[in-house]
Amino acid sequence: MTDEILLPTASPRKMAYDRFVSHRAAVVSVFVLAILVLFVALSPLTARYGVNESVQAPPNSFLPPRANAWLGTDDIGRDLYSRLIYGVRVSLVIGLFSAIISVTIGCLVGAVAGFRGGRFDDIIMRVTDLFLAFPFLVTLLVMRNMLGAIGWLRPVIGELSSVRFIIVLFAIFGWMGVARIVRGQVLALKEREFIEAARAVGATRWYIVRKHLLPNSVGPIMVALTFSVVSAIIGESTLAFFGYGPQAGAGATSLGILVGQAKGAVNTGFWWLAVFPCLVLVTIALAINFIGDALRDATDPRMQKDS
Amino acid sequence: MLRYVIRRLAWAVPTLLFVTFLVYIALRIGTNPVESYKRINPRATPAKIQQYIDVNGLDPNYVRGYFRWLFNFVTLDWPRSIKGSREVWPQLKDALANTLRLGSAAVVVGVTFGLLLGVYAALQPGGRRDVSVNTAAFVGISIPPYVSAIILQLVFAVYWSRWFGSTLFPTSGVYPPGQEGFNLGLMAKHMVLPTVVVAIQIIAVYARYMRSSLLDVLSSEYMRTARSKGISERRVLFKHGLRNALIPVVTIAALDVGSIVGGLIITENIFSYPGMGKYFLSAFGEGDFPLLMPWMVIIVTSVLLFNLIADISYAWLDPRIRLD
Repeated sequence: MTDEILLPTASPRKMAYDRFVSHRAAVVSVFVLAILVLFVALSPLTARYGVNESVQAPPNSFLPPRANAWLGTDDIGRDLYSRLIYGVRVSLVIGLFSAIISVTIGCLVGAVAGFRGGRFDDIIMRVTDLFLAFPFLVTLLVMRNMLGAIGWLRPVIGELSSVRFIIVLFAIFGWMGVARIVRGQVLALKEREFIEAARAVGATRWYIVRKHLLPNSVGPIMVALTFSVVSAIIGESTLAFFGYGPQAGAGATSLGILVGQAKGAVNTGFWWLAVFPCLVLVTIALAINFIGDALRDATDPRMQKDS
Repeated sequence: MLRYVIRRLAWAVPTLLFVTFLVYIALRIGTNPVESYKRINPRATPAKIQQYIDVNGLDPNYVRGYFRWLFNFVTLDWPRSIKGSREVWPQLKDALANTLRLGSAAVVVGVTFGLLLGVYAALQPGGRRDVSVNTAAFVGISIPPYVSAIILQLVFAVYWSRWFGSTLFPTSGVYPPGQEGFNLGLMAKHMVLPTVVVAIQIIAVYARYMRSSLLDVLSSEYMRTARSKGISERRVLFKHGLRNALIPVVTIAALDVGSIVGGLIITENIFSYPGMGKYFLSAFGEGDFPLLMPWMVIIVTSVLLFNLIADISYAWLDPRIRLD
């Protein structure tokens, strides 16, 4: 009995960290993303040309990769490498902001729906099920035009082709998936003893949601956040691909616009215009997905690698 | 069981009406049908415009307008398209047939390979197969359909003929230009690349579903009971394992129809495949209300229908579920 030694147990946070680090693809992804963000954040240094600057005097269009344009040039002689950096910047901003907004809304709605149950829960879940069942692109396009046509919303959400509008649009869509996840989590937690104890000592609902339910759902929420970022970035690209994305006003560009340009370049064999933007998009999506996967493993101890 | 099905069916009708009403409002606000009519037919007389408003149910009062539209729709008195004033049904029918062909080919290929890969991965959890299937599925999920479509187009439309001197798979349309009549071989050839693009997504998603579902089942108590009874490993796996693992997968499959349609829209557009997706994008671009509404009705109906199938099949496949 006395030989039993209490091993110094690791803190939950340390265990989560260890589990995260054991996901090798995720660690690589973190590095890749960090490099990418660094490139974007230091864009005045890393980009070689301005957004709309051409690399040399004409003839300069559709130059294959070469010394003064590492990744080639587009139809009007602009450097693809520099434009990718500017484009990723816009896409990351869209992804991050819309994910933060949609996760905030989703957490609140999901927590309240799961906690209160009843009519509110029924309606919310019905609506989200319905929205999520439809083809994403169709709903997105229809909603986009509808919101854009409502005049009094304009001061809040901006012009149809602005970056702000795209962020609002994805925030409106994104919260639903998050709400569903958080609701499931809350439903599972609700019956646990510590919640009952909190209720017994007279904690208010809002207090329980804030102090017990949300902190205990941090894992799933973080995972939802990463996946929201990916879906917003891919969504922006999809919209831009079909010509409904943010317009390149004031010299801005986005990953979606660059991928969209590839459509025209394919049949003429300007491979660099198709390959590099697609490669960057897939790399970002894959890296964030891997990180989300590792976060799920890390924050949910029940999900062992081999079970 | 029958009562459950009837009750669900009875609920489906008001849901359908409600959703089409929402779609009606969204399209009226978003595409402004009257304005697009005037834009495309700038010399239309006021009488013509009034007639267009009447047959489409574009009454300023949304509720009255919706019922007007519904009446015309149900009595098959469909208004003609804004652009070119063509009949809607013949176009819609062709688009639907093309999409059903492409979609079912992609679903069959995708689900078959997806399920096989999922089982293959789950039989050796943590092993090399598992890791490679899982990683491949992750890559598949992270590649948006237009990216794979563009890359395939680049390879087959440009470089294949440049390297090998002949085209292997055509990259646009259903038939080569000028082709008349039905030709199965040519059609299949044109469908290969779009099918691959849509199927990649389906394979990736289903491999993951199947893997996790089968792993859940394999670690359950009744599998151990089955083994301890002395049943052969093969029989345990097929009779007890796969059957139970398929229950959640079937449900998810039926719920997934929306995302498959989404993938089809994107793919069809890139490969100039004359299906529902191309139909929608061009009609939406023009704000062609008479073309859009029937399209929406078909999509809404199929989404609701597959939701229904998901619920019913779930209840039917899993006797543990009680339907009050």
